[in-house]
Amino acid sequence: MVRANNPRALIMSGYGINSEMETAEALRRAGMASDIVHINDLIAGERSLSDYRLMVFPGGFSYGDDTGAGNAYANRVRNNLWSDVKEFLAGDNLVLGICNGFQILANLGLVPAFDQDRPREIALMPNRKGVLECRFVTLKPAADNLWTKGISHLYCPVSHGEGNFSCSEETLKRIEREEMVAFRYCRDDLSPAGGEYPYNPNGALADIAGITSADGKVLGLMPHPERAMEFVNLYDWPVRKERLKREGKPLPTESMNMQFFRNIVAYFGE
Amino acid sequence: MASHVHRIEVRYSHDPRLQTRTERFRSLGIPVRELHLVDVYTVATSQRDFTPEELSQIGAQLSNPVVQHYSVDRPTEAAFDYAIEVGFLPGVTDNAGTTARQTIEDYFGFRFGEGEAVFSSQLYLAAGDLTPETLQRLTTALANPLVNRVHVRSREEYGKTGMDPITPFVRLHDLQAAGTVDLDLPDPELARIGKEGIVDPKTGERRGPLALDLAQLHAIRDYFRELGRRPTDVELESLAQTWSEHCKHTIFASAMDDDVPRGLYKTCIQAATNTVREAKGDDDICVSVFTDNSGAIVFDDEHLVTCKVETHNSPSALDPFGGALTGIVGVNRDTIGFGLGARPCINIYGYCVGDPDTEPALFRGKNRTNPILSPRRIFEGVVRGVDVGGNCSGIPTPQGWCYFHDRYVGKPLVFAGTVGVMPRARNGKPLHEKQALPGDLIVMVGGRVGKDGIHGATFSSEALDPASPVTAVQIGDPITQKKFSDVIVKEARDLDLYRSITDNGAGGISCSVAEMARESGGCHVLLDRVPLKYPGMAPWEIWISESQERMTLAVPEEKVEAFMDLMKRREVEATVIGRFTDTGRCVVEYNGEAVMDVDLDFLHDGLPKKHLVTKPVKAAYPEPDFPCPDRLDDLLLAMLKRKNICSKEFISTRYDHTVQGGHILGPVQGAGRVQTPATLTKVVPGSMKGVGLSQGLFPSYSELDPYRMALAAIDAAIRGLVAIGVPMETIALLDNFCWCSSDAPGRLWQLKQAAFGCRDGAVGFGTPFISGKDSMYNDFSGFDADSNPVKVSVPPTLLITSIGVHPDVTTAVSMDAKFGGDLVYVVGETREELGGSEYLAHLGIEGGTVPSLDIEAAKARYERMTDTIEKKLVASAFPVTHGGLLVALAKVAIAGRIGMDLAIPGGMRPDTYLLSESLGRLVVTVAPSDRESFEEIFGSDAHLIGRVGGTAFRVSAGGKTLIEQPVTAMETAYKAPFGGY
Repeated sequence: MVRANNPRALIMSGYGINSEMETAEALRRAGMASDIVHINDLIAGERSLSDYRLMVFPGGFSYGDDTGAGNAYANRVRNNLWSDVKEFLAGDNLVLGICNGFQILANLGLVPAFDQDRPREIALMPNRKGVLECRFVTLKPAADNLWTKGISHLYCPVSHGEGNFSCSEETLKRIEREEMVAFRYCRDDLSPAGGEYPYNPNGALADIAGITSADGKVLGLMPHPERAMEFVNLYDWPVRKERLKREGKPLPTESMNMQFFRNIVAYFGE
Repeated sequence: MASHVHRIEVRYSHDPRLQTRTERFRSLGIPVRELHLVDVYTVATSQRDFTPEELSQIGAQLSNPVVQHYSVDRPTEAAFDYAIEVGFLPGVTDNAGTTARQTIEDYFGFRFGEGEAVFSSQLYLAAGDLTPETLQRLTTALANPLVNRVHVRSREEYGKTGMDPITPFVRLHDLQAAGTVDLDLPDPELARIGKEGIVDPKTGERRGPLALDLAQLHAIRDYFRELGRRPTDVELESLAQTWSEHCKHTIFASAMDDDVPRGLYKTCIQAATNTVREAKGDDDICVSVFTDNSGAIVFDDEHLVTCKVETHNSPSALDPFGGALTGIVGVNRDTIGFGLGARPCINIYGYCVGDPDTEPALFRGKNRTNPILSPRRIFEGVVRGVDVGGNCSGIPTPQGWCYFHDRYVGKPLVFAGTVGVMPRARNGKPLHEKQALPGDLIVMVGGRVGKDGIHGATFSSEALDPASPVTAVQIGDPITQKKFSDVIVKEARDLDLYRSITDNGAGGISCSVAEMARESGGCHVLLDRVPLKYPGMAPWEIWISESQERMTLAVPEEKVEAFMDLMKRREVEATVIGRFTDTGRCVVEYNGEAVMDVDLDFLHDGLPKKHLVTKPVKAAYPEPDFPCPDRLDDLLLAMLKRKNICSKEFISTRYDHTVQGGHILGPVQGAGRVQTPATLTKVVPGSMKGVGLSQGLFPSYSELDPYRMALAAIDAAIRGLVAIGVPMETIALLDNFCWCSSDAPGRLWQLKQAAFGCRDGAVGFGTPFISGKDSMYNDFSGFDADSNPVKVSVPPTLLITSIGVHPDVTTAVSMDAKFGGDLVYVVGETREELGGSEYLAHLGIEGGTVPSLDIEAAKARYERMTDTIEKKLVASAFPVTHGGLLVALAKVAIAGRIGMDLAIPGGMRPDTYLLSESLGRLVVTVAPSDRESFEEIFGSDAHLIGRVGGTAFRVSAGGKTLIEQPVTAMETAYKAPFGGY
């Protein structure tokens, strides 16, 4: 049960963000209450970022991906809320961006954020195939951090037109050296995707699906664990179900993806 | 007009799409070596200019320094042979330009004024040995002359100056006023007004078809004679919209022959629903049928689900991308505009197009002028339209299909549907009811009004001919719609800020306001309050414009302040444009003058009744006579490659089908990823129930037997849902008739037969119709390459969509074969019914017996199917449709990536048995341990024909091998035809 004095999540909405409801539901199931807040209400001061411990930029098509996915929404944040965001980042708080949210974080420079200036250092370019790709992918944690704790793998959908992770060789080296790659695309047997479609669905450099900031408190992730919270959301659940039935085992209700959200909630419970 | 114009070009350092893009154009036969893309923003202002430093800041805002560079007022430098710039024509929706403008406004803290804008365009830099002919083909592939401007320069011409900055502002100078129209004319003159439109007093040109026939024009003339005045152009245009086939469905509403005095709609569709509802009594699932923008059924005690399927055919023939995009966001509004606003939660698509591997030489004009778009161009365009519309709106699009036939080359059919979900009550009131009251303010919400879409409704009631107006083309803006959709269904509705809502679709506010005025008893509109995209529009244009992304609401006076404040905070434009009244009149005022003042009764019910006469047409073909091959391996692979059977997975993966988190059974299933006819989606997170959707469509049966065609569509739509575990008693149906030449008695007879089929099917299965739509003139009239007149009519096409509620999604059944050793059953009876089949189409043979349906037997079988699924006895289930048993069995094997060993019964030619499309059948696989329980329920209706296992698909008859193919080869064949898309 969520208690009133527990830390709350702020889930950003507006201008074409569209995954705020399922993101709130995933957090609720993991034990964290949240408020879905339109960015204009933050700008107008009707809501305050300082009332929250977790800020989430959910998936969506903010501004229709025009001028580059996540770019226009990031501009709106930077042009209107920048000092609030910087203050929030200085505290013991977390920021999560999923899909369009990751694109927004990358354009804001909240990842990789090697230093306080937060220049843009990574890009999520158009998928190599040039179109949106919606399919289930397998993700393997590439670092041991608060976000990946206890996760052997995630199995959830990607659904984006621009998720092709790109950065300079130097930046990549630093991200890898500092263990900031959180998740990589991999094959069904958890071996590396090696850039091969469709395991790596977009051409991402080094199979990178998600990275954290240098301080570990910000995570950007292209795939959508919140879209496969339940066992029956998984692409291959019918065959898993049939196998379990024949083995006389009960069906799970949750999917493995819920661990991701439980980790976030656990961070605030410590 | 803008005096300061700057051009910002943005380009990737290493464009990840370069290879795919180049390959795509090479596959179209255009010898490009490389095709680079530069995004261009042309910034045009007059109140202030930008300094070079500010322009750099703008460039930085519009690009990503990690992977892109930008240049300001300096051409992109690159190695190329031709530069092709594609921008929009004046007045065409430019979403990227709008976003760029908003970003600049936000950054500098000022607002662009009238005559200031940002225009986006795309500059293609093509390297390769292009001849004038291949260059022309490239520009044709890149741009549509109806919406795009194109400028081409050779490398030499491009030089150091690049392309010119172009600012496609709309320029309309005269302030327009309403005029009157003299209808006291001889009949031929009057008929011409109906056919070609009112003569514009200034230009002397006709304004475009009203699609009013002589009887209707007489009724209008007589009405105004009685009032003692001439009608204004606003009134005439408005009546034409309201009385259009599109809005009033006159063909379905009119008496037909002697046996259908109340018309097909009341006699077949509505009567079937009434009969079913009465029979179901307390178990009636219908909440709202036929009266609102969508139909609605019960989901659970707290929620209802809505569904509506629309077509957007004529616009998609001219601009496939814009047409399909407008189609899907338009039907989303039928959800937002249902009751007090349902939340769109699932999209549905369906495309009937010509074979994309053909390039028919058809022209709208003589002497090879104004060619039709190629089937491939249309196909790719409509696919992309729903991609952008559905994906940007955050609505999953799992459910859909494509059907290819040469008779769709001139007029594609684009079906777009949306399911919505809403609480049954809020604030103590049922949410599916709405009522504008006298005194309520009329508020228009969303986009602004331009000339786009004028005569859209009347246009789709006319066959496409060379005089088709290009204003019928429009491009949607899904983000503008997403903004108001969110604020209406997630905020304003639950704050109880309005009393009624409807969408602005065909006919624009002339239809939406007049429709809502029936709730209160009248309306008074101040037309000059309507916000416009650009000045200079005539009152009649404002009134009937179909500019997209708009809703009309009835807001009580005391709530208008709160309502407008909320809209402002969500950056949604909302404008009070008048008031609902109880005067019984529809009054429209412009600049203080009444330009329309008509009785609501006349507006809605004044159109003269028709009596249609039909004439039976019996198809006469010789009985098909062809040999049965000894082995069927080649036939199997050829059937799997048929375009109506093979995989179109590239659409499923382009369409987000997982957003909102409700994915249960998606558009592709199994390790082998086979496309399925039914999908299952959760729409209420806390509930274990789900919404099942399926569809049925058999245009190839229509000319042979339209009655059986309709039954086949209903049966397939229901069977698709039954196969995944949706019980029949929760299923409702939607009908979409897309007919051709609907003034021809033969076509009307086919229509009548199909409608009778709908009635008998719905009543027989106990599945009510809840919504429907028809489109009656899907004909292309033009010329062949030798300027001979050609008419291409679509085959009479009926789409049946089924929606049902799955009681517990954890018991749902997918289509893929699961494990070796499982038993393979054919449930249902196979008869010699090859008429209209994919097999005969493959052989190029017309004729034969169209499958008939024993509804009682099918119904009993489907109830048993639900029973076995509830008892968890079914490992996989798949309905047998196009391509018969052979294709169904093959798809189940491919999906499971596992072989089958099958022995088919004797008594029928093996090819007939395997490829007959007899209705009512399912392929089911069952675990060996469940054999007894399964067979006990089905008895002799389930035919065990073999087992799952191994890596090969083997079929034998009487000990003789007919087929032995590796499943991998079948998967390759199944995925080959659209592998390059």
